[in-house]
Parts: sequence; structure tokens; C-alpha cells
Amino acid sequence: MTTTTENSTAPAIVAKQPARINWVKAAPWLFTLGLFLFWELLVRGLGTPVTILPAPSRIFQAVVQYWSPLLKNSAQTLFTTTLGFGLAVVGGLAIGLFIGWSKTIYAGLYPIMIGFNAIPKVAVVPILVIWFGIGTIPAVITAFLISFFPIVVNVATGLATIEPETEDVLRALGAKKLDIMLKVGIPRSMPYFFGSLKIAITLAFVGSVLSETVASNYGLGNMMASAQSQFNVPLVFAGLLALAVEGIAMYSLMAWIERRMTGWAHRSTMAN
Amino acid sequence: MAHLVSIDDVDMRYGGAEGTLAVSGLTMRVDKGDFAAVVGPSGCGKSTLMKLVTGLHIPQVGTVIVAGQHVTQPVSIVGMAFQNPTMLPWRTTLENILLPLEIVERHRHRLRANKKEYVEKAEHLLELVGLKGFGEKFPWQLSGGMQQRANLCRALIHEPELLMLDEPFGALDAFTREELWCVIRDLHAAQGVTIVLVTHDLREAAFLADKIFVMSARPGRILKEHRVPFERPRDLEIMYETRFNDLVHQLHGEIAQARAVA
Repeated sequence: MTTTTENSTAPAIVAKQPARINWVKAAPWLFTLGLFLFWELLVRGLGTPVTILPAPSRIFQAVVQYWSPLLKNSAQTLFTTTLGFGLAVVGGLAIGLFIGWSKTIYAGLYPIMIGFNAIPKVAVVPILVIWFGIGTIPAVITAFLISFFPIVVNVATGLATIEPETEDVLRALGAKKLDIMLKVGIPRSMPYFFGSLKIAITLAFVGSVLSETVASNYGLGNMMASAQSQFNVPLVFAGLLALAVEGIAMYSLMAWIERRMTGWAHRSTMAN
Repeated sequence: MAHLVSIDDVDMRYGGAEGTLAVSGLTMRVDKGDFAAVVGPSGCGKSTLMKLVTGLHIPQVGTVIVAGQHVTQPVSIVGMAFQNPTMLPWRTTLENILLPLEIVERHRHRLRANKKEYVEKAEHLLELVGLKGFGEKFPWQLSGGMQQRANLCRALIHEPELLMLDEPFGALDAFTREELWCVIRDLHAAQGVTIVLVTHDLREAAFLADKIFVMSARPGRILKEHRVPFERPRDLEIMYETRFNDLVHQLHGEIAQARAVA
């Protein structure tokens, strides 16, 4: 869809504005605008009924009309997602360090983790409802469960790939396992860790919305589910739009943190 | 004079009773202040020798004594440098050099209070190896030869009595390598440190060392010990003299024979 947009809109703009424009910086906005334009034209051209695919103009109308519930539910979803994600960061870092600590723990826990990750989280939500009831808690836990795995894997990988020479140099000086972890292992695994946050935050949204859809009275997931049952399709799409905006915002935040914290890993390809 | 390193009749086998025998009946002595080089065919257990002396491996048979102490755990009076400089990319060169001080028991508690003194020492070392003013740079901003110089500084910062070098110049081009030979020659002269250099390069061994040990193919043991007769200080020009070439030629013959036997 995006490629067609590029072809249809880009040449028109080039012709209109010959002045110097930073195309790379402008590209995200232009492409998004192009996508909406293409979508609008498609819906109008084909005359698609609003209950199947509403045009962007109709969706923005819904955004204006329902701004209050949208804002409230977006805040709720952002809250459950961020909380679940925060727990996943703490838990994932802890489990990742634990697994990366020794080969035996790594070998023992890894298959269990993979099996656990393979379980569809939608099947876990009913169990969480039995334990905690519906609402915020299962949403937070689902967001946590779905997003901590990439963090664990990345941290453990960072620890497991310490160069043996570095370890020899330090051990010969009398370094304990803890010293090696603190001085080398943990700083080394930080680029992997911060890289995994970008994946984890988007997964956390998947988890929280999933749980809200199945078992909650609040949040965007719940709002979209009830809008759907009333055939209020523009509101469903407005909810999706709100999710996309939240997702992009959180992802950019993680990318920014990654650049701030581990600039050394990006400045060159570790010229050794 | 007492031996700083004495290895007596050592067997080292990897991977249990059925594993590979890396060295067998290994016996060698290095005096305090000596510059010893170990040469031999590849896979002869030179790296095992490094790990035995530093206490990273404890032999199954025989004894390793370093500075009068029976080696049963890593000995912190040793500095090590490998072919791969293994600088940590998130630390500046200076911070990399100070790393051993954060580990070694005798320095780690003094480091914070005496930071200035240690930084001065690191900068002095940097100057000795020709890296003056590069301390604030990150290691990945340095060339391979410069990283290896910094690596030598890191190996020396905690004033080790023994410096173990495992092919530290292997990955460098010929000119940089000769430059670093002179650096290590001058460090040895200035610091009075004992050096054991493991190398494939016979000219390197002959140029730098007082004593050259020739190892056999696996399982490794010492076939022959040469005393290098050239007076110090040595100049790179010495490598074009006949007596130097004769020594290298002789070493070459011995290793070729050791390979043929294996």
C-alpha cells in the first residue's frame, strides 16, 4: 500500500516545490499523508460502505465526535501497557542476567522460556481472569507476559557472547564472576537490551489491547469491541488510529533512549 | 637468583581423562627480569603454557611455581596481552587502561581516593608507548597498532612482576610490528619487568628475548633452550647481521624437525 502511495504523491510534490527540502526528514509525514490520501480516494472511488471501510475523513470525524471516551480509553491502555512493559523491563533484565550468568542455567531455562513464549497469550487471559477478575490487572500481566521474552533473550545473548580473551585477562587478575559481569557483561549487553525495548514496547500494546478486548470494561480494546458490536466502524478505526499513535510515540521514546544510553555501539561497527 | 617462574614436569589434559593431552613433561624456568620467548609449531600448547603460568588452568600433574608461590588459583602479579586487544568499546582508552586497577585486590580499594595518582601513571605509560594525548579517545577511534599499544599499557598498569604476551603483534603489518618490538624492548629495559612472549615469529623472538624455548608438537614440552648472545640495547639493524640470521635459521630447522616428528 505504501509503495503505491509513493508513486502517486511524490512526483506531484516535487513539481510543485522546486525549493530545497530535506526529503529524508519530510518523508515520514509525506508518506503518512499519502497513505491517508490514497485510502480516501480508494474508498470514495469504490463507494465502500462505511460499515466495511470508512474513509479517513469519516474516521477523523469520529475522533472529534468521541474525543472524550477516546482520550480516557487511550490513557487507560497507555497506563496498562506502560506498567506491563515496565514490569517486563525489570523482570526481563533480571531473568536475562540470571540466565546469562551460567551455561547450566541457560541450558535449563531456555527451552522452558521458548515453550512459554509459544503459548498464545489469548489462551492465558481467561486463566488470569479466574485469578484476578477482569480489568486492569489481566491487561498489565498480559502486556508483561508478551513483552518480556525479547528482553530476556537479548540480555542473555549479550552476556553469553563475552570474548574469552577479555574474560581471561580479568580472571588472571583475580576477578570474580561478579566483577566480570559488572565490568564487562552488563555494559556489553546494554545495546542488546535497549534494542529489545523497541520490540518489547510494541508487543506490550498487543498484549494489553488483547486482554482489554476479551476481559475488561476499560481501555481501547474494550472500546473497540463495544463499538464493533454497535456497528460503529468509524469509532473502531479511530481506536486503531489512537493505538498507532501511542505505539509510534513509545517506540520513538525507546529509540531515543537507546541512542542516548549506548551511543558507543552505534558510532562505528566496533572497529577491532 | 631465584626463578620467577618454574614449571616442573607438568601434564595438562583438557576434557577429562580421555581428553587431549596439551602439554606433557613440560619443564622450564624463567629468571626474574628475563625476557623469555616461547616458539614452536602451531598447536604445540603455547597458549596452554600461558594459562598455566597465570593460574587460569591448574595442571593435573607437576607443579607450577610463580614468585615462590604454588599456583592453585589466578595469580594477580601477572599482566596479560593477547593478539586481540579486547579493549572495551564503551570506555575511553584511559578508562580501559585503568580497568585492572578496579579488579586487583591491592589497588581496587585505593583507586577512588588516589584516582589522580593512577591517572598520572596511566598517562605516563601512554607516553612510553607513544600514545600521549590519546587517553580520551575511544579504542575504536584508534588504529590496530595503537590499540595494541594501549593493550600493553593495560597489561602493565598494575605493575605486574610478570608480563605474559600471547602473539601480541600477530595481526599487525610488518612496520607497525617492528615499531612495537622497539616499544616492548624499551618497556622491558625501563620497567625491569619479566616478560614471557609466546610467538610464531622467530625473528621477533630472536630480536627481543634473552632466552628462547623451542617447544615440540603436541603434547608440548621444551625441546631446546637457547640463550640469545646479542648484547643490549639492540637495534633493528641487528636483524641483518649474519649471527642473527644464523640463530633464526637454527630455530627454523628445529621447529621444522619438531613438525616432521609429529
